[in-house]
Amino acid sequence: MEKEPLFSAKNLKLLTDPLARVNPVTALVLGVCSALAVTVKLEPAVVMAISVTAVVAVSNVIMSALRSTIPNRIRIIVQLVVVSLLVILVDQILRAFAYSVSKQLSVFVGLIITNCIVMGRIEAFALGNKPLPAFIDGIGNGLGYGIILVTVSFFRELLGSGTLWGYRIIPSSFYVANGGVYENNGLVILPPMALILLGIIIWIQNYKNGRYS
Amino acid sequence: MGDTVNIFVRSIFIDNMIFAYFLGMCSYIAVSKSVKVSAGLGVAVVFMLLITVPVNYLLNRYVLSSGALAWVSADLEGVDLSFLSFIVFIAVIASIVQIVEMVVERFAPALYSSLGIFLPLIAVNCAILGGSLFMQERGYQTLGEAAAFGLGSGVGWLLAIVGIAAIREKLAYSNVPAPLRGLGITFIITGLMGIAFMGFMGVKL
Repeated sequence: MEKEPLFSAKNLKLLTDPLARVNPVTALVLGVCSALAVTVKLEPAVVMAISVTAVVAVSNVIMSALRSTIPNRIRIIVQLVVVSLLVILVDQILRAFAYSVSKQLSVFVGLIITNCIVMGRIEAFALGNKPLPAFIDGIGNGLGYGIILVTVSFFRELLGSGTLWGYRIIPSSFYVANGGVYENNGLVILPPMALILLGIIIWIQNYKNGRYS
Repeated sequence: MGDTVNIFVRSIFIDNMIFAYFLGMCSYIAVSKSVKVSAGLGVAVVFMLLITVPVNYLLNRYVLSSGALAWVSADLEGVDLSFLSFIVFIAVIASIVQIVEMVVERFAPALYSSLGIFLPLIAVNCAILGGSLFMQERGYQTLGEAAAFGLGSGVGWLLAIVGIAAIREKLAYSNVPAPLRGLGITFIITGLMGIAFMGFMGVKL
């Protein structure tokens, strides 16, 4: 077989498709569990997105490399072991280098194990493809997940706290407390608003892609 | 006792798995098209949480957490295995799912045929692993508290999925804007249900 270049059209498609058209969160409903809980602030959302991307990409490569040696019957167990080892690594790294973020993410780092994106991509892609495309597919899906996380958390932090990445965007002199007219929207911080924001994102995306009946 | 009841009620209404922590969303969205099916999945989740949370509590208390091995010998007092908790918890959950599946198939074929397809799905349901991880993080003190938390979270999840399924069955007759149909409207309704559930905030027994 001819060796294909790293960024052939096919590989590029693997990378870009999950970003919008077949986004794992909004189109395939995978990994919603953790997508919403970590989106109150931008910083934990970005850290979470990077962690998930790393876990999806690496576990895709490992499972793709092992795909012909694993008996079909026990593949779920093998996947769980591989994924949970990677998640333990991510968790330990976060605790060592970004302790405060790791505290904010609390149980949601551990929940990457059962994040359906990870298992879903292994099952749907890595088990039937070579390691390189599997890696690119993992990166693409991780980024697609990340885009949703960043969008939701952008609005939630901006509207809910008036800050972005902890920096004040809406000047404090605008607030009622300081004689201005502005108030933060307290509802946006609360969990239900994350669901409603995601619903609206899906609405816009479906409308743009014309994918509705 | 009061504490245990409080934990139970809290985990159903206030710290609801779906509305407060979004756990188990994948199957919540995928399966909530009919009340009957979603009630089946909900019961399976209650069952699994009720078994796995106490089992993982015992493991956490006597094996994993810092200094937990002191009961084996005094030399092991300084050992902290908590970094292993993810892999231990998921292994426990996956194997309990297998065992429960076999036991149910052998002794309750009727239950098996109604729950059967959901049991394997549940091994990768975030709500189950989330239950164990929250149990560890919040440091429940007794086995009873852990069991109450497990049961309560399960019942809360069951309540949420049956509720959304009932609404979605009715939704089939309403005129939702086309691009919002399906996934979008389900999320927005879940959000509204979550706001309603926030009315329970601060309830104490």
